[in-house]
Amino acid sequence: MTRTLVVAGHGMVAHRLVEAVRTDDPAGTWKIVVLGEEARPAYDRVGLTSYVDGWDPAKLALPGADYAGDDQVELRLGDPVVAIDRERRTVTTRAGFEQGYDALVLATGSRPFVPPVKGHDLPGVFVYRTIEDLDAIRVAAGKPGRGRRSALVIGGGLLGLEAAKALRDMGLSPHVVEMGPRLMPLQIDEGGGGLLRRLITGLDVTVHTGTSTEAIEADGDRLFVRLGNGTELDLDLVVFSAGIRPRDELARESGLDTGARGGIAVDLSCRTADENIYAIGECAAVDGRLYGIVAPGYAMAEVVAAQLTGGEATFPDPDMSTKLKLMGVDVASFGDAHGVTEGSLEVVFNDAVAGSYKKLVVSDDSRTLLGGVLVGDASEFNTLRALVGRRLPADPGAILAPAGGGAAVGVDALPDAAQICSCNGVTKGAITHAITGEGCDSVGKIKACTRAGTACGSCVPMLSKLLAACGVEQSKALCEHFTHSRAELFEIVRATRITTFSEIIRKHGKGSGCAICKPAVASILATLGNGHILGGEQATLQDTNDKFLANMQRNGTYSVVPRIPGGEITPEKLLVIAQVALDFGLYTKITGGQRIDLFGATVDQLPDIWRRLVDAGFESGHAYGKALRTVKSCVGSTWCRYGVQDSVGLAIELELRYRGLRSPHKIKSGVSGCARECAEARSKDFGIIATENGWNLYVGGNGGITPRHAELLVSDVDTETLIRIIDRFLMFYVRTADRLQRTAPWIEEMEGGLDHLRAVIVDDSLGICADLEAAMAKHVEDYADEWRGVLEDPAKLARFSSFVNAPGTPDPSISFRTEREQNVPVLLGVPEVVGR
Amino acid sequence: MGAGVAALLAGDVQVAIFRLPGDEFHALSNMDPFSGAAVLARGIVGDAEGSPTVTSPVYKQRFDLRTGACLDDEEVSVRTFAVRVTGGVVHVGSP
Repeated sequence: MTRTLVVAGHGMVAHRLVEAVRTDDPAGTWKIVVLGEEARPAYDRVGLTSYVDGWDPAKLALPGADYAGDDQVELRLGDPVVAIDRERRTVTTRAGFEQGYDALVLATGSRPFVPPVKGHDLPGVFVYRTIEDLDAIRVAAGKPGRGRRSALVIGGGLLGLEAAKALRDMGLSPHVVEMGPRLMPLQIDEGGGGLLRRLITGLDVTVHTGTSTEAIEADGDRLFVRLGNGTELDLDLVVFSAGIRPRDELARESGLDTGARGGIAVDLSCRTADENIYAIGECAAVDGRLYGIVAPGYAMAEVVAAQLTGGEATFPDPDMSTKLKLMGVDVASFGDAHGVTEGSLEVVFNDAVAGSYKKLVVSDDSRTLLGGVLVGDASEFNTLRALVGRRLPADPGAILAPAGGGAAVGVDALPDAAQICSCNGVTKGAITHAITGEGCDSVGKIKACTRAGTACGSCVPMLSKLLAACGVEQSKALCEHFTHSRAELFEIVRATRITTFSEIIRKHGKGSGCAICKPAVASILATLGNGHILGGEQATLQDTNDKFLANMQRNGTYSVVPRIPGGEITPEKLLVIAQVALDFGLYTKITGGQRIDLFGATVDQLPDIWRRLVDAGFESGHAYGKALRTVKSCVGSTWCRYGVQDSVGLAIELELRYRGLRSPHKIKSGVSGCARECAEARSKDFGIIATENGWNLYVGGNGGITPRHAELLVSDVDTETLIRIIDRFLMFYVRTADRLQRTAPWIEEMEGGLDHLRAVIVDDSLGICADLEAAMAKHVEDYADEWRGVLEDPAKLARFSSFVNAPGTPDPSISFRTEREQNVPVLLGVPEVVGR
Repeated sequence: MGAGVAALLAGDVQVAIFRLPGDEFHALSNMDPFSGAAVLARGIVGDAEGSPTVTSPVYKQRFDLRTGACLDDEEVSVRTFAVRVTGGVVHVGSP
């Protein structure tokens, strides 16, 4: 018999509940009705601050949260439950819809707490909880005004600092006021708070601690705030982030108990006094305690799902550990961070110079780890958190000492029961089983197999370490001829200035090479500027497309793509392309990169086609190369009513600057003239979107099998800065990526990811930026059209011949038929295979 | 060195002729059996564990230059032709 489960609320925890019930109840004995207040399905509220990067709500979407295609789940949004009739077991929604239930789960979440400060309801005063809140803040932050705009965040906890980061990313100067004696008073201790304050202050955030907000007053568009310590602030907007309060009114109104500090009172099985009603997430007071972070909420969802599907479960000791990166500053706390356990001892390592504070709380015999605080450098967070409640592998002082002198804690020290991924509750044992028992030999396969690392991603470095610990060597050897990775070969060739493949393989490889290492080395030689890619021995290294400077198609003919920078072309040039296509009988098609592809050219026709195109001012478009392809653009401010910058002009400048740059894989780019993003720049390896003040640069996007959106690298930069950063980005990619690795996986596999990339190419943390820029300057200076290079050299031209003994005789196996008024190839059946 | 050219024989038979370092010559059918395109002469020449190979430029299968055997699909091979060089002229014979 089908029973009905009604879920009141649709946040992250409610979604986890629905997922868990659907997974554990494949037969569909529960029909689930979800009634949510917000107009959109559950989204990643934990990641809310990242919404500022691109303002794309789709990026916060939780997979499957619309339950499309699942008939067992009915999702009603924008219509919250407003009453419960426990006698009749029904709920009523705001719209008057009545729904019966067999089980009711309240997952109504919480509301931001706004203290009754005078002026808290003025225009320009906001809270920070939903996408709509951020949209409203964005509008207010974007209003024109004089000078640098400023904002105040009331509350210096975790969420308050997130809000400060969002405001800073929007270009405002944030102040933060915290009543407690330090920032993040719940999570970290005084020492860590001191360092955090120093690091955050260095990032243009003004911190006021130990004081309250007395009053907010409006004067025209300005807000004036008076703090308890007498400070007066002149502001553009104010954001309250002073904590949350559980949404427990449904329980109160239907006679269910609430906790002493609010929240729907439930026992350790998350059940209220009414056996048919449960509460989970921020609205629940489990055994009297409220939880404001997502991990315990997920645990509650799992507990209820287990009971609904015939199992038993009780709320486990919650994992209250926190790790976040605030404006580049690592902050983490785990276990008993404040040392409240009786007899506990604290061991502190505080390096004010390096900006690193670490504290471990240990048992009275200093052998068992109880908790800790890390500020500035939280790289050991995953390992240490997993060790909470367990024997330390070494003396705590030795563990805290900086790398080199210390007894670093390795993954080996962790027992199998230690949780590696706390978001999805995956243990070390489960991961090592996936590696050794199920044959997972990459981080990606472990993710797919165990779900570890698929939520917040902070444990991904641990997955790599576990792979290594299990003896899975992720070989970097290019092929059987070289034990080096592409990046290593690049450095060898750069450092030794060797200019031929023969010498490279003789000195650093073995054998005679193959179709993997030869083109890879050819690409490296080309990037480093060794003349025309068909010069001398280089010609024998090139893949067929590079060898013939055209794209081989399935019948052995080639297609020809002249460069049309930015997609801008004169009618005269269009006529030339049309005439060439007519004269050589070529099939023509517009490409996705805003240019024209001419198909069906035979090897011996290629130079004649190029000559006509080159004479008319065209050059190679490198459609055949692992190189820059196109820089797509919208029409921009020249014509468009909405454009704010000249996107076509920039696209042409970029395409001409980076044309011909040989790289590990193809590189695509786009420039959009406004936030409407008509050029689809965020689907490119590097994409540029115009802003009122300059350009935003996004990196690491691609289409293809695994589409990715590019992520924001820098915002509001001028054209000169933009080009300097792209120079560095491309050259760093070309030097360090693996063979056939696009920019997205390159960034993903980089230790530290996008933050590390930003540190290297924006902040110059490795001191290599001048070198990268010089290398790009040399590329720009050395560029020459490859087609023209062939036309001007009889030796190279001689290769474009159908048959060595019958030049000029067309390949008899190639023929065409007509389809939709154009030539298309007649495909030969695959010929009979001769037996050996 | 280490590259191929195509030649046209009587009856429209296409041969891919490869010259390796040390003036070692090999000849295979130019027809790639996986795509049906006459392109093997345009593949990259190299070796696989010491055996000389050409890699089809279409779908990248490798063929042993001495036997015509495909190294990536043991059921497939291409025709080989005898090669003789006399007085600087390359002669290609029947298999």
